[in-house]
Amino acid sequence: MISVRGVSKFYGDTMAVDDISFEVATGEVVGFLGPNGAGKTTTMRMLTGSVFATSGSISIAGFDTRTQPLEARRSVGFLPEASPLYSEMTTMQFLRFVGRLRGIPGRSIQSRVDYVMGLCGLQGREDTQLGKLSKGYKQRVGLAQAIIHDPMVLILDEPTSGVDPIQISQTRQLIRELGKDRTVLFSTHILPEIEAICNRVIILNDGKIVLEHRIEDPSKTFRTVRTLKILAKGSIPAIEKALKGIGKESSVDYHDPYFFVRFPFHEDVQPDVQKTLSDVGCSISSIEEVQSKLEDIFLTITKPTEVKS
Amino acid sequence: MRAIFVLADKELRTSLGSPASYVVAAVFVALSGASFSLYIIGSGYADTSIRGFVDAAQVLVLLFSVLVAMRLISEEQRTGTWELMLTAPVREIEVVLGKFIGAFLTLALILVLTLYFPLLLAVFGDPDFGPIFTSYLGLFLLSGASLAVGLFASALTSSQTAAAAIASGILVALWSLGSAAQFGPVEIGRILEFLSLSGNFSGFTRGVIDSRSVIYFLSVNTLFLFMTARFIEAKRGG
Repeated sequence: MISVRGVSKFYGDTMAVDDISFEVATGEVVGFLGPNGAGKTTTMRMLTGSVFATSGSISIAGFDTRTQPLEARRSVGFLPEASPLYSEMTTMQFLRFVGRLRGIPGRSIQSRVDYVMGLCGLQGREDTQLGKLSKGYKQRVGLAQAIIHDPMVLILDEPTSGVDPIQISQTRQLIRELGKDRTVLFSTHILPEIEAICNRVIILNDGKIVLEHRIEDPSKTFRTVRTLKILAKGSIPAIEKALKGIGKESSVDYHDPYFFVRFPFHEDVQPDVQKTLSDVGCSISSIEEVQSKLEDIFLTITKPTEVKS
Repeated sequence: MRAIFVLADKELRTSLGSPASYVVAAVFVALSGASFSLYIIGSGYADTSIRGFVDAAQVLVLLFSVLVAMRLISEEQRTGTWELMLTAPVREIEVVLGKFIGAFLTLALILVLTLYFPLLLAVFGDPDFGPIFTSYLGLFLLSGASLAVGLFASALTSSQTAAAAIASGILVALWSLGSAAQFGPVEIGRILEFLSLSGNFSGFTRGVIDSRSVIYFLSVNTLFLFMTARFIEAKRGG
């Protein structure tokens, strides 16, 4: 499992990640979403131990990435963005090298390499130089090296980028399979992918977590939820408190200047919202139902903040 | 320990599989061989030593250790494979030692090729084997120290050219401290000579093994490997 507590990361004076906390349990596949520069890759690099957090703590499979770095790194498999490989090595040489480096004993390395090559569909490419592989195959080799040591936690940075459509569905199938008894966190730009394979999505923007959403049934996803977008005048905490009082199953988010109230599909809370807000003395400037597809949510809450001159 | 072996093995295989290594070896053997022959011919076949070879080899070792070492970490930082190193359950010092040993073996293999020259002398002449042995010991020690400097420079930047420039700068400075020793007060000159690569190397060419020089080379070697590991560690930030 992954546990991130109050983690921030500065590169010099630039803040890349701003006080984020989340947990991912074993058996969960979590999608990491966000525009470029939101801090996804930095967060992933901290999780894999290649860089340390400026503040806060991260534990991987119970090991602190800073105080028990070797144990933590042994528990992680990482597919870096764009799957960098040694182009002069063959698939077989590379997987053997990475496997040995991650501590697989010499006597079991070959069977392990054969196993992951089968799993990732690399048969027939054993002796091909990595530099000569297509982008899709490189990505598969990247996935194979990430799981070669059978890690408890998998961190995949855009695992399906550059992969052709048929291979994409195979890769997704594989990620779902791997996620059954492991902890998987992967980033993507492709929204349907999140709906297809994740139990949960974490959206990052400007180094902060702006949304965590559980996807109970991947086939229904967000269509089971409706969202009201409200613009109201008054004290923000008071409005938030009032809105939270509506319905047991609804949730409230505030993204300046809008309030978002999400509630189950079969309910209609709009009259309640209007009544509640007028009770606390706020005037509603606008209230509308938004399409609560992930894409809309994503676009709304990651909208770039206007540049102040 | 296993990781050091795995990395050294990989580095050695990479260099043995790369055509560039054979070019480096060929140029090394050709130039040092030419210097070897010219010296003996110049002495009218009277001096059957490897002086000529050593004169060229010391410069070539400095130059080629930079060429061999410059890609070791820079290249991985540029292509992104360095991420695989940083996320492997391996200590920084193990990565550094593994890469160093792989590179050292590459250079050592080239030096072993040149044993052809003393072998020629043994067959056709009557050389004094003392200076031959100590010269080779000196060349191996010099290789280690300069590769360590090269590896350190390679960790500093993702540009091989910049790494080569930094390494050459450090090595030329350390080498020419000896020449600078000729100027200025005698005491300072002696200190400078004691701190220079050239000052410590010259003893070996005369057939002398000065333990201070052995310690000097091993210290430079260790210091730069240690600094490389520390730098990689520090780059993880905090």
